[in-house]
Amino acid sequence: MTIRMHKFCLAALGGLMTTTSLQAADLNALIWCDHADAALLEPFEKAHDVRVNVKEYEGTAAGLTLLDQSRPGDWDVMVIDSVDVARAAEAGYLAPLPADSVDTSTTFPEVALTDAMTVDGQLYGVTEKFGYNTIAYNKAAVDPADMESLGALWSGKYDGRIAIYDYYLPVLGLVGLAEGVDTADLDAAALGTLRDPLMKLRAASRQVSDVVGSQTALATGEVDILIGGGEWLTAVLHAENPDLDWTLPKEGGLVWAQAVAMVEGTEQPELALEFIKYILSPEGQARLATSSCYWGMPANKEAGAVLSDEEKAVLRWDDQAEYLSRAQLYPVPDADTDLAMQDLWTDMLQN
Amino acid sequence: MSIERTERRQAAGLAAPALLWTLAFFLLPFGAMVWMSLGHMEGRTVVPGPGPETYARIFSDPSLFRGIFVSLEITATVTVLSVALAWPLAWIIATRVPARWRRLALLLAVLPFWTSYVVRSYSWALVLGEKGVIMNALTGLGLLAEPVQIMATRTATVIGFTHFFVMLLTLTIYSNLVQLSPNYARAAEDLGASRWQVIRLVILPLTLPGVMTGAFLTFVLCIGDYITPQILGGNNELSLPQLIMLQLGRRGDFPMASALSVVLMAIVTLAYAASARWLKMDRV
Repeated sequence: MTIRMHKFCLAALGGLMTTTSLQAADLNALIWCDHADAALLEPFEKAHDVRVNVKEYEGTAAGLTLLDQSRPGDWDVMVIDSVDVARAAEAGYLAPLPADSVDTSTTFPEVALTDAMTVDGQLYGVTEKFGYNTIAYNKAAVDPADMESLGALWSGKYDGRIAIYDYYLPVLGLVGLAEGVDTADLDAAALGTLRDPLMKLRAASRQVSDVVGSQTALATGEVDILIGGGEWLTAVLHAENPDLDWTLPKEGGLVWAQAVAMVEGTEQPELALEFIKYILSPEGQARLATSSCYWGMPANKEAGAVLSDEEKAVLRWDDQAEYLSRAQLYPVPDADTDLAMQDLWTDMLQN
Repeated sequence: MSIERTERRQAAGLAAPALLWTLAFFLLPFGAMVWMSLGHMEGRTVVPGPGPETYARIFSDPSLFRGIFVSLEITATVTVLSVALAWPLAWIIATRVPARWRRLALLLAVLPFWTSYVVRSYSWALVLGEKGVIMNALTGLGLLAEPVQIMATRTATVIGFTHFFVMLLTLTIYSNLVQLSPNYARAAEDLGASRWQVIRLVILPLTLPGVMTGAFLTFVLCIGDYITPQILGGNNELSLPQLIMLQLGRRGDFPMASALSVVLMAIVTLAYAASARWLKMDRV
């Protein structure tokens, strides 16, 4: 009986040690859905003999609240809007990256935003992927010339054939552009001028949908136009329906840039840094760019050597200089403006 | 006395695991949720309660308050429609289908249960779309000049829900129907009742436990469902679960998500209280 008890205790201890060692070899990442692709994570997991646990979130406010609700050390790395890195760092959510640990010299300069991600001389994040929130459409069903102006969406010609991408920041930014308000000027006062056009756009639209819902609606012909869409939405459908296209209208569009950063309090900064380096490597960048959830331009130009010509054509690799010169960055609202934007958005959905 | 005490101890011992389970996985989390709902947000920080701010916002913010009515209207419609469709189906299977085919008929009735709930909702999106099977058939037959919008409306949500819950209700009503002795119907007919009177005045009241149990389950599952309105409703109105997800996923407003969940639970409790006298789980 005593021997059996000893065996049991040893087995329990062994199990505990195994569990502890498994936990030590886990990397916990707060991510957007493109990082959940096994094709992206597996090479890193195999190379470092770790398991990457991911939790998807949407919107910086939700991500930061998740960090608030967690204990220090729960998360090692996170994906975040590049424009939000500085405020997250200043609020103590992010850890500085060791000096010269990542090379950003080959990043597209318009989206590198190194200054915006540097606080007190220390770098807190690196842009890993970018793309556009603009107009996606079915060129077999609408006149592509009309899509060169945001005004077409309010013209009445396409009433009932429009879907709105269900993310308040880019769509409010686009409504602002249609009203002549730059994204950098989108504050609480400017927000009041957007209510009326937003509600009119809502009345002209058929639905407000997330990524999958928007893709389904465009693919099935339920709608012909998606405001807020871009290459990230049409690229994965390109093989099935080459008529699905996107454009940057004359008023411009929004460029989204996502960054990868290390979370403050991580207990394994070396592993977190290795993950960041992997994501920024040409191979990691190419896999991230063509992730099954959504495609987007890799921030590192060297990924061009890894992507196929067809993939680069879908991403419009050669047009980036022209697109980037016309696009504006996401709005960066303060906490109160952010809540006011969300209230307006909820109001638009519910009424 | 000693035997009684022993029996009491044994009973307590037998009940303890279930009580501990309920305490650990229902009462404690529910208590935590109620406590969270009494807090409020200041910026991105949760300020612990107790305070009424969050509940006051639910009843003063029209977007949040309307969510309660959206959920109640959809749930009531789905429950009534599901009962209206499931009862005749269950009755036909129980009384009109030959005994040797009943098992197959039930199997066919619940076959859609075998597919994933999300996949089934997206399938409905394809069926109900402007270029879907239904609109193609109606316009092809000349019954409609132009396709009408069903997808991304409340109608689509109700259809998706009803399809699912008719299966559930058919099972609860069928199991109630097959327990009824055929002598009730025979006696009523001997006393001069017509076939319709037998169904309306005898069979239907006797199946009330099955109907009410199925209707209550439909109500609970429907009012708490997020997937179907999200996929089929096109975000053209927000039900309570959608509002809860919005608070969690986008605003990070845990007190509001908790308060809306408490409201949802209160509605379910009221529904239970209203139907408790007819709920007899052992009859289904």
